[in-house]
Amino acid sequence: MQTLTQQLANPTRFMDLSARVLPWVAGIAAALIVYGLYLSFFDSPADYQQGETVRIMYIHVPCAWLSMMVYGLIAVSSFGLLVFRHPLADVSAKAAAPIGAAFTFLALLTGSLWGKPMWGTYWVWDARLTSVLILFFLYLGLIALRAAFEDESAGAKLTAVLALVGVTILPIIKFSVNWWNTLHQPSTDFTATVDPSMRWPLLVMALGFTLLFFAMHLKAMRNEVLRRRVKAMRTQAVAGRDRLATQPAE
Amino acid sequence: MNSFWALVRRDLRLAVREGGAIGTALGFFLIVVSLMPLGLGPDLNLLARIAAGILWIALLLAALLSLNRIFEADYEDGTLDVLATGTLPLELVATAKSLAHWLTTGIPLALLAPVLGILLNLDLASYPILVGTTLVGTPAVSFLGAIGAALTVKARRGGLLLALVVLPLYVPTLIFGISAVSAAAGPAGMGAAFLILAAISLAAVVLGPIAAAAALRIQLQ
Repeated sequence: MQTLTQQLANPTRFMDLSARVLPWVAGIAAALIVYGLYLSFFDSPADYQQGETVRIMYIHVPCAWLSMMVYGLIAVSSFGLLVFRHPLADVSAKAAAPIGAAFTFLALLTGSLWGKPMWGTYWVWDARLTSVLILFFLYLGLIALRAAFEDESAGAKLTAVLALVGVTILPIIKFSVNWWNTLHQPSTDFTATVDPSMRWPLLVMALGFTLLFFAMHLKAMRNEVLRRRVKAMRTQAVAGRDRLATQPAE
Repeated sequence: MNSFWALVRRDLRLAVREGGAIGTALGFFLIVVSLMPLGLGPDLNLLARIAAGILWIALLLAALLSLNRIFEADYEDGTLDVLATGTLPLELVATAKSLAHWLTTGIPLALLAPVLGILLNLDLASYPILVGTTLVGTPAVSFLGAIGAALTVKARRGGLLLALVVLPLYVPTLIFGISAVSAAAGPAGMGAAFLILAAISLAAVVLGPIAAAAALRIQLQ
């Protein structure tokens, strides 16, 4: 009996399965985000201190959560590539990097837009902001490193090494910047400190964004698998033409 | 272990006899530090306040410029292939080369830093602390840098890429290097930040060569 990960090592099986799963994930993500947006804009109270700007939080927190989760996913995929040589692991890591970078950027952007009215400045060199910014740089490093290699499989493995180095260094960065005094509020963990009227829209949005990520990730992975197939077919076609060309005319 | 020290000695000898490498890094360090007052204005109080930060950042940049030399020359002339097939594990090869980089670049830069402090009106009392933190922090610079150098050995546009890959890894070193200097003036003393800086260096000495060797193996196949 094969496990699911083993079965997915076959790209054809992955394409079959993902084609069936993708519409559901995308559909549920869209429904949840629409519902979440309705809740956060029309069906949740304005904060007694922050006023209407509190609604930025419903986008900001899911993005920030995803910026970290996606890095975790890249790290697991990189481990899967280097240790188990799983053929889909690299596809997953490659597809996730730009999406993760985008969510990280959105978290920084929405936080900065919220910071202007609340803190009076778009940017402060606060612990949380700085560590997220460095996370963003790490994403850029992963994308740039992969792009710098002609040989795709070498580039994939080297990027995986960097992703794993990044995992060990991320907590250090986080703790090191925590030494500075911080302005950003600590995480509430969706618990008692958030009123239910705001917690519920936030949870819906977080779940919706997570599914949105998985939908985009699956789509990007499918595109990558197809791109590799096209590349393999082209190489074959060129090889075949060369063979024909070198055959002596009869 | 003999071949390990032989490799270190060879790299040191190369650095000395080839010349230029150490001098270039030091010259770059000097120029970056002396550009700062030109950009910021010659306000001595301001310079004294930010001197430690400027020295640390300039040191990182100067070290960054010399990082690609750790593996590049040996990769180009095939020495690295010979080393990879030799008896010495690639991890120890990476350790030896990072160690040689620290001895030829890290230590000279750390020793030059307080001299350049004069240009920035650095408080005289901070001198021993500055030398201490740079000496303790530069192993992290060399050993973490070796990861980046190994990752980009075969890359196109290696130099710029190296900066993008390595500089985020330097953040903890930079933060604790500077906070040790500034904490020394405060009531708490520099103890905690200095010890964490040392811990980062030690962790880098262990982890750097493993990651660098993994990266080299992928490219030497």
